[in-house]
Amino acid sequence: MLLEIAEVTRDFGGVRALDRVSFTVETGAIHGLIGPNGAGKTTLINIISGITRPTSGGIRFRGKPIEALPAYRVAALGVARTFQNIRLFPAMTCLENVIAGQHLVAKRPLLPRLLNLPSARSEERDQRERALACLSRAGIDDRAEFLGGNLSYGERRRLEIARALASSPRLLLLDEPVAGMHRSGQQQVSALIRSLAADGMTILLIEHNMAFVMELCSRITVLNFGRVITTGVPADVACHPQVIEAYLGGNRCHV
Amino acid sequence: MAFLSQFFAIYGDLVNFIGINALLALSLYVTLAAGQLSLGNAAFAAIGGYTAGILTMHFHAPYAAALAAGALLAGAVAFLIGFPVLRLRGVYLAMATLAFGEVVRIAAINLDITGGAQGLVGIPNYSRGWLIYLTLAAVCYLLAKLRQSRFGWALESIREDETAAAAMGVDTTSYKTLAFALGAVIAGLTGGIYAHLHFLIAPRDFGFSVAVDLLVFNIVGGTRRWYGPVFGAILLTALPEVLRGVGVTAGPLRMFVNGLILLLVILFLPNGLVSLFMPKPTTTAGDQAVVPVNKS
Repeated sequence: MLLEIAEVTRDFGGVRALDRVSFTVETGAIHGLIGPNGAGKTTLINIISGITRPTSGGIRFRGKPIEALPAYRVAALGVARTFQNIRLFPAMTCLENVIAGQHLVAKRPLLPRLLNLPSARSEERDQRERALACLSRAGIDDRAEFLGGNLSYGERRRLEIARALASSPRLLLLDEPVAGMHRSGQQQVSALIRSLAADGMTILLIEHNMAFVMELCSRITVLNFGRVITTGVPADVACHPQVIEAYLGGNRCHV
Repeated sequence: MAFLSQFFAIYGDLVNFIGINALLALSLYVTLAAGQLSLGNAAFAAIGGYTAGILTMHFHAPYAAALAAGALLAGAVAFLIGFPVLRLRGVYLAMATLAFGEVVRIAAINLDITGGAQGLVGIPNYSRGWLIYLTLAAVCYLLAKLRQSRFGWALESIREDETAAAAMGVDTTSYKTLAFALGAVIAGLTGGIYAHLHFLIAPRDFGFSVAVDLLVFNIVGGTRRWYGPVFGAILLTALPEVLRGVGVTAGPLRMFVNGLILLLVILFLPNGLVSLFMPKPTTTAGDQAVVPVNKS
């Protein structure tokens, strides 16, 4: 079990955004997190990544409690993420965005740089190559020298994924990775996520696009008004009566 | 050679002062590089200047040791202020350092050891122009190389987006504090050099207007690269002399011209004057492939 979420509750003033949410994410899974707007999905991702604290409850990553750790310590354990409202470094080029994302894996000591040693130069070449590999994996290596702020919407989402990959995380949290993307872009991202999972990375993703989630995810958790309705394989989740009522609408089974 | 010696006889002070201002501008640049605004760097220069001056005057400390002590004390004070304040985001550092600058100035006016409002008089005249420029070159080299290090990349990330930086593993509070303290060390060192240049320093040398001048040097020059603030400091420090050369006397007009330059730069060159010389990254202008059209 890579990630265990146990009885997580989060209040914002008088609003209970999450109410005793519990589920687990297995190692190597592509785990979907769905639910109507305001269900608490992004809040949960923020809590897992250490940006928000839970009001109560616990989260274990590889058996270690992480609910009280600051975001940078959670990241150091191997959790990377993207943001729903894309957070790139707009004044850096795509390549620089990914090089910046190598913070946890690149040493970049100052002294060899001050002395202009060959080791510093070879490390810089190395960083560049690894960053280019991340960009090409996300399918935007042709944009390497473009400023992050100058990309199209879909490219920004992919650059964010490329930057998250730069630290070789164990768990990748994707907050609406294909929102606003056209169909062929969605398929590329879907293929990318599959190939990451095939490499042993675990993925927890939020997405509104049902076709995308149902086809891609091995397990799905449904949230509504801060509560978990159900967790299961896509076929079961899609036919769960409460899910159909609360989220999909009507009484039709969506597979 | 005759020309050079004549030039230095007339403008030696100005040349030295340009170097001092460039160093102080760089001290603020380090903090700005992490997206944090400090209005306390004049006060750190005061701490460095008074400390070094008192040590050489009253305790006959060697010049280098006095400079080091001033720089380290300024850095230590910055660390103590920065660590609690920089846990927060936003304008809190500007507010705290604004208050801190006044505290230092008023303390310097009221303490006996600092010579009160009159200032510290009779500091041995150890500083030389070459030393100022050697220090400036060393600081420039350090900052240019620092940018390629783990520290430099972390600061750039924090400046661009603090939340994203934290999510990819940057310990934002520590890096911001380090950047602030490093800036204070540079300011403190510069203050020490300045103190040994003219026999005396006074509280007014390090007032609020100096702190704002440093910010203006950075904005006019540009804060994307280390040479921006250096360029800004050279330009704005030399400007009154240049204006005098064309018949405009210094005084209130200097403020007006500075303000005008600042306004024009903000309006037309938001990344500072150095953006005129920086290589342009690939942009989207006229490139239809990058315009966001794939919404479907």
